[in-house]
Amino acid sequence: MDASAAARATSAVSSIPRDDDGPVFRAPWEAQAFAMALTLHDRGVFTWPEWAAALADQIKRAQAAGDPDTGETYYLHWLATLEHLVAAKGVTTAETLSRYRNAWDHAADRTPHGKPIELTPADFE
Amino acid sequence: MELRVRALESILSEKGYLDPAALDAIVQAYETKIGPHNGARVVAKAWSDPAFRQALLDDASKAVGTLGHVSRVGDHLVAVENTPDRHNMVVCTLCSCYPWEMLGLPPVWYKAAPYRSRAVKDPRGVLADFGVSLPKETEIRVWDSTAETRFLVLPMRPAGTEGWSEEQLAELVTRDSMIGTGFPKTPGAPS
Repeated sequence: MDASAAARATSAVSSIPRDDDGPVFRAPWEAQAFAMALTLHDRGVFTWPEWAAALADQIKRAQAAGDPDTGETYYLHWLATLEHLVAAKGVTTAETLSRYRNAWDHAADRTPHGKPIELTPADFE
Repeated sequence: MELRVRALESILSEKGYLDPAALDAIVQAYETKIGPHNGARVVAKAWSDPAFRQALLDDASKAVGTLGHVSRVGDHLVAVENTPDRHNMVVCTLCSCYPWEMLGLPPVWYKAAPYRSRAVKDPRGVLADFGVSLPKETEIRVWDSTAETRFLVLPMRPAGTEGWSEEQLAELVTRDSMIGTGFPKTPGAPS
């Protein structure tokens, strides 16, 4: 990967949890959410200042609603910001997002343990 | 959370905004930065402390839980010990049955279907691909994660480490050695 892309992200978004080398994650999905933001930024979907503002809004709203602000929920806010921005930028719609989320839920429910979870058209019905 | 991330990923990839392989590559770049990554400490402690080793083999979840700094290892962790007679290796197709809290991210090949099916049919051949060769008489046991059971391979302590501290020993423990597709580093060898 282009390490400088990540470095630009961490300097533009100063709240990203990190150690001396760069970002750190509590779980694999957090790193995936981080990587998606990097990718969308590189595609020009948003600028880092836009991202930082949207993320700050998201965190402010969550804290107003009682989020404990311990850092453990950081990537929840990150993911919510991604979902919000892709809809706001017309990449997809909130409706599509919710349809895909339900389909993935359905796929996970019907997949026996030990098999890879895969999305099929039937999951959307 | 995982499913919300997957939903977003599948939409973006269908619309051509991202390539799942490129996304994986970014995530892999952070593989050592995900989770507490404390499997090496657990292994080093088992090498140094016979009582802990026994406790780990009896009930790995409980034993790991007694180390205060290790969090959330999950239930049903089973430690399988390598010996001169038996080598253990672990397969599974899903990220979620991999003890990433201890081992960090699974390598990409670990999730690949060919690895899983070949590991079961031809473990010696798969190990050879990883540059691991074992004496002919060593039995190879392949563990397939099922239900909620996750496996941790307890590799053999390298020779030449007598008197080493747990911290020094932990440096030798690689991720692959805890999946069974590699050995711990050899003392003195360049890392």
